[in-house]
Amino acid sequence: MADQPNPRGRIRPAPESFLTEAEITAVKEGRRDFLRNAFVTASAALAGSSVARAAEGDPNILTLPPWTTSLGQPVAARPYGLPSQYEKGLQRRESPGLTRMPQVSVAFTPLQGLFGIITPSGLHFERHHQGWVDIDPSKHRLMVHGTDDSFLKQPKVYTVDDILRLPPVSRMHFIECGANTGMEWGNVAVPTVQYSHGMLSCSEFTGVPLRVILEDCGIDWKKAKYVLAEGADGSSMTRTIPIEMVQSDEVLVAYGQNGEMLRPENGYPLRLVVPGVQGVSWVKWLRRIEVGDKPWATKDEAIHYIDLMPDGQHRQYTSVQECKSVITTPSGGQILLDKGFYNISGLAWSGRGKVKRVDVSTDGGINWRPARVEGPVNSKCLTRFNIDWVWDGKPAILQSRAMDETGYVQPAYGQLRAVRGTKSIYHNNAIQSWKVIEGGEVSNVQVL
Amino acid sequence: MFRFSKPALGGAIALALAALTAGSALADGRYAGIGRSATRAEIHAWDIDVRPDFKGLRPGSGSVDQGQEVWEAKCTSCHGSFGESNEVHTPLIGGTTKDDIKTGHVLSLVKGDAPQRSAIMKVATVSTLFDYINRAMPLTAPKSLSNDEVYALVAYLLNLAEIVPGDFVLTEKNIAEAQARMPNRNGMRTDHGMWPGASAAKGGMGNGGKPDVKNTACMSNCKTEVKIASLLPVYAETAHGNLAEQNRPVGPVRGKDTSGKAGATPAAPAPLSENAAASKLAQDSGCMACHGVAGKIVGPGYNEVLAKYRGQADAEARLAAKVKAGGQGVWGAIPMPPQTQLKDEDIRSLVKWIMSGAKAQ
Ligand code: HEC
Ligand code: HEC
Repeated sequence: MADQPNPRGRIRPAPESFLTEAEITAVKEGRRDFLRNAFVTASAALAGSSVARAAEGDPNILTLPPWTTSLGQPVAARPYGLPSQYEKGLQRRESPGLTRMPQVSVAFTPLQGLFGIITPSGLHFERHHQGWVDIDPSKHRLMVHGTDDSFLKQPKVYTVDDILRLPPVSRMHFIECGANTGMEWGNVAVPTVQYSHGMLSCSEFTGVPLRVILEDCGIDWKKAKYVLAEGADGSSMTRTIPIEMVQSDEVLVAYGQNGEMLRPENGYPLRLVVPGVQGVSWVKWLRRIEVGDKPWATKDEAIHYIDLMPDGQHRQYTSVQECKSVITTPSGGQILLDKGFYNISGLAWSGRGKVKRVDVSTDGGINWRPARVEGPVNSKCLTRFNIDWVWDGKPAILQSRAMDETGYVQPAYGQLRAVRGTKSIYHNNAIQSWKVIEGGEVSNVQVL
Repeated sequence: MFRFSKPALGGAIALALAALTAGSALADGRYAGIGRSATRAEIHAWDIDVRPDFKGLRPGSGSVDQGQEVWEAKCTSCHGSFGESNEVHTPLIGGTTKDDIKTGHVLSLVKGDAPQRSAIMKVATVSTLFDYINRAMPLTAPKSLSNDEVYALVAYLLNLAEIVPGDFVLTEKNIAEAQARMPNRNGMRTDHGMWPGASAAKGGMGNGGKPDVKNTACMSNCKTEVKIASLLPVYAETAHGNLAEQNRPVGPVRGKDTSGKAGATPAAPAPLSENAAASKLAQDSGCMACHGVAGKIVGPGYNEVLAKYRGQADAEARLAAKVKAGGQGVWGAIPMPPQTQLKDEDIRSLVKWIMSGAKAQ
């Protein structure tokens, strides 16, 4: 700001001047003329006497701002609320050059600016194989049947009304694309945590356990080994789900997400929730469940979502997202304001249960300190961790390393590559490193 | 701060549900008045999946020649005449040899010398190709192919990969023979720890969840040196837009200015001009996957379209009709699929934009 004492430290000036412009524009809007003129005059006067006033203190305090001295906006001015205009930087984004058609693509969640563990529904990552659709719920059906008549007593059709009448549960779970961090298998490829880890989101989902629906159809649990889930969009995504996960009550036919219905981009009106398993199995726009006794080897189980190993064999049906963590702030592409105190904050998760512990290193993995694991700690759910750090202005390399309740410890790049090579695309859960240089710039690096 | 129920509450709901399902009203696990029986015809309409053992495959047939005809009309525009195109999607065909057909494992995967992995190099099961083409292709008109057309297209693709001869007619009876020649049929394994169901030993797949990588939670002096194996390439930093605008303008950090114009005062964001709005609509509607502004991608460049029709009074109406209905022959043999996803007025404004030079601003 022109009339503010020089900001301390090494911070680049551009964002601040931009902010002030926007603030002024916003205040000008929707105000009567005399108020607007008064404001323009006032800010001109301020700029003129800025040097004199700076000695007295912060003009943001000494001169009451317009939002303190005027009437605000009415209720329901925006019947469906929106983030502040100053939050525009935090949006879903594509990674340029990653995909070739916007309907067959991915938009990443801006993890660099999110707090806690819940992803705002509008920022949930998107991965579509044939575009997204907004389905009329009164025309949507869920069909449940068997590969033949022996798997279920009664193949059934449910309307969305039917599903919403059944007893619901609400649970918080992460969803991560199997290809999250896939661009980084061989080397550093992307600048920020949004692109390196942003195929990751977490919501409270509400729905009906698939077990309840299959029992309503009279499933023969002894015969059933797998279910096939299928979407109603053009791609009619299909994935094989193990019956054990259904039986354990984990798999949900969900309609709710963070208190409202699912967003169309996330499968409105029905999607499958398969906790701990890669996102592609959480079939969106769910229209059909088939109960059978063999896996289906669908396109996204036989051509994609298979992991190439160094011996030239592919691993098929790799579904679990193993324990992983990442520091979200400070992270790649960010600049620390100045030396001194920082809260290092990040996310940890495991497809095998709860996060038990997260350690953080600021020296590239020579020494580690346990971070504070914040509650709630749920199974197969994002878990937030924080740790104090006083930056002395010297180069540093920040890393986090998570451990889950099975005792599994997130691996280093060297360890992961020794087993899986660099070409498997999927399931990269290596320890992420962010290098801090003297000027405070943070960038993406890989430490073996 | 969360507005959501704490785990304890979720637990309580789950308990309540358990009590309910165990109660006498639901002794048989059924919910009165909810759902209805599916009819045979309904199941037939939706149950289109085909398993590796061909369960679900409906009888039919298609020759390589028939497949080529359908392919050229409906698939070439995105996948190339021989399934080799790398424009819209990674190649379908290429990278397999006669020897691979014998061994059932694609050698270039072992040697690691293939620049790209084509679909045929990876897929082990021919059922996957049938099932997927039938459910999802062509991209803009999924489920528009007849059963025999799908047989024919699979036959054509198998012939391109030299798995079946040129006079082959694929049917439900001989598809197993094609399976026995799939070049990567022995290229998959499931003996890993990442299947979340029962292990192979218990009648499922995999090793029951045993991880393949082991790290320990060492806390101090864990190594003597820090080896940085890779740094962010400069082009990758600037290829992702201005990172300053991808971060919050307040807080402990700011985004780095990667606009190349650090220090300049950015202009206030202007509302979208008519051209910018049309340009965005063309992006969002998928037109730009096939059209460049100046030059050809799959279809003609928009400026080439302008040059061809400039000054013709009815050009805009004709072109709008063409975009809506699709078609081929004006610019070559490759067809444009019908763009039925768009409202008429949007098609009109796109064509108007094209005929005014397709400017970005
Ligand atoms: C408008 C462009 C377009 C057209 C036309 C098209 N495809 Fe595709 N095809 C794609 C895209 C994009 C994918 C990848 C979809 C995904 O990622 O889920 C794909 C995937 C495939 C695959 C799976 C291979 C893989 O690597 O995913 C096959 C097989 C295929 N197409 C066959 C066909 C056939 C046969 C036709 C004609 C009937 C056809 N396609 C027409 C764009 C197209
Ligand atoms: C799958 C690829 C594809 C997509 C997607 C596509 N086009 Fe085309 N388009 C083509 C091809 C190929 C031609 C040439 C057709 C011909 O030769 O008659 C064409 C031709 C055209 C022409 C010239 C027609 C003529 O008769 O000279 C216009 C105008 C046009 N496209 C506009 C659009 C617009 C607008 C969109 C988006 C709504 C779009 N196209 C989407 C492939 C595509």
